Amino acid sequence: MESFFDWFRILYDNTGINLPFLYDSYDRARMWNGFLMTIKLSVVALFFSVIIGIIGAWLQNSPLKWTRRIVNGYIQIFRNTPPLVQLYFFYFAIGALLPKVSNGYGGEVPILGGFAWAAISLSFFAGAFNVEIFRSGMEAVPKSMTEAAEALGFSRLQIYKDITLPLAFRVVLPALNNNLVNLVKTTTLAYAIAVPEMLYESNQIWSDNVNVTEMMIFLLLAYFFLVGVLVWGMNRWERSLKIPGFGT
Amino acid sequence: MIKPILSKLVSASVLCAIAMSSQVAQADAIDDIKKSGVLKVAVKADYKPYGFRDPSGAIIGIEPELAKDVADRLGVKVEYVPVVSSNRMQFLEQGKVDLMIATMTDKPDRRKVVSIVDPNYYSSGTNILAPAKYGFKKWEDLKGKPVCGIQGAFYNKKTGKEYGAQIVAFKGTAEAYAALKGGNCVAFVYDDSAIVAKTKDPAWEGYEMPLKTIDDAPWGLAVKLGETKFHELMSDQIKSWHKSGRILELEKKWGVDNTPFALKMHEEYK
Repeated sequence: MESFFDWFRILYDNTGINLPFLYDSYDRARMWNGFLMTIKLSVVALFFSVIIGIIGAWLQNSPLKWTRRIVNGYIQIFRNTPPLVQLYFFYFAIGALLPKVSNGYGGEVPILGGFAWAAISLSFFAGAFNVEIFRSGMEAVPKSMTEAAEALGFSRLQIYKDITLPLAFRVVLPALNNNLVNLVKTTTLAYAIAVPEMLYESNQIWSDNVNVTEMMIFLLLAYFFLVGVLVWGMNRWERSLKIPGFGT
Repeated sequence: MIKPILSKLVSASVLCAIAMSSQVAQADAIDDIKKSGVLKVAVKADYKPYGFRDPSGAIIGIEPELAKDVADRLGVKVEYVPVVSSNRMQFLEQGKVDLMIATMTDKPDRRKVVSIVDPNYYSSGTNILAPAKYGFKKWEDLKGKPVCGIQGAFYNKKTGKEYGAQIVAFKGTAEAYAALKGGNCVAFVYDDSAIVAKTKDPAWEGYEMPLKTIDDAPWGLAVKLGETKFHELMSDQIKSWHKSGRILELEKKWGVDNTPFALKMHEEYK
């Protein structure tokens, strides 16, 4: 394995193509951790944003006026402000107001760190879009379906859980797919609050080695690969959920 | 077929370049400054106390005062042109300023672009700003702890790799200072010259600069390439600053502890 990595040092010496995240063990560890951090942040934010979308769409149809208003207010706030501004707001404004915990060597740290705030902020940001996406799916389910279920004595939750949502899910998958792809790309913003993800680590590496071009090409390919895996998975899921005769 | 045309073009442009460069060499910066009655100096406007704005918006600080000394020597008025690190050399190259005194570290590749004057007038290194309660004594004390930094600073890697600190790097100093105050990191690794000023600031009471400065690197002031007469004049000016203890005096005036570099240079030229 070492000889494989050393090959890139030779490549640099001979051609000037500088890929220190392959031949330098310190930079390699940084880049690998950054890659894992991007995956971790993406998975956490994807999961919670879909949960927020499902619950939000349910609450949006609540008979209670104030529940509906709160959900709509949430959507307006998170959809209509830039994600970078939200990150800064959470990390510097809200983070400073929360209680602090001891850091183990005589000082105090905020209860939530950069990663936690990035995960929260990105989940809420993508979640706001997901609520609207799920709503569009539910509106595509024929009204006669819910009426038939009501006639059979299903409760409101049962109708949502067992009838509307499964059908709506199949309709919204392409739109959801779009939003989740965007979410993975938006994780790069977390570097503004020093979450050590791929862009952040690349930035450190290109500052130390002045190899901006190589790092840019690598980053582009890395995200192309990551998003490609997600899209491939979502497409497979979409195919496996297909019901003949339903939807487009 | 196209070759002869090309070679003619090339030789023509070479001739032009030679003609222009000889013109530049003939014109003397000192004469021009005296004729116009104004010395234009590039200084920082966001680097307290070396160059910053007072509440009225005027640029003040150690470097503006040094620039004023030069203007007084030439018997002209001084005009400050605020610059940032990424454009300061271009201002000088394009002739928008006559002189640059803008906290610039003296590096060999920079010497190719502008004419950095020897001896160096100042120097700074890397240190940390940290709450005194942590009682940091040496760089190794930072091991495993989150330390704020600036994205792109060359000392981040060193602090991380050699001393084991976890670097939490932000885009600008304002974010890093806010993160340090908020407790997101235990220290902020930055230029010692800027940190010294912070420790004097009442808003930063209880913070200190506890470690030994590393990576001490000299600062260079610069004139445009080819301005030999002005270069010599500035070289003499810097020597006289060191000789008279002017730099030490300015450090005291602006609340900076006398730096080892300034003390050493004063000893050397006294």
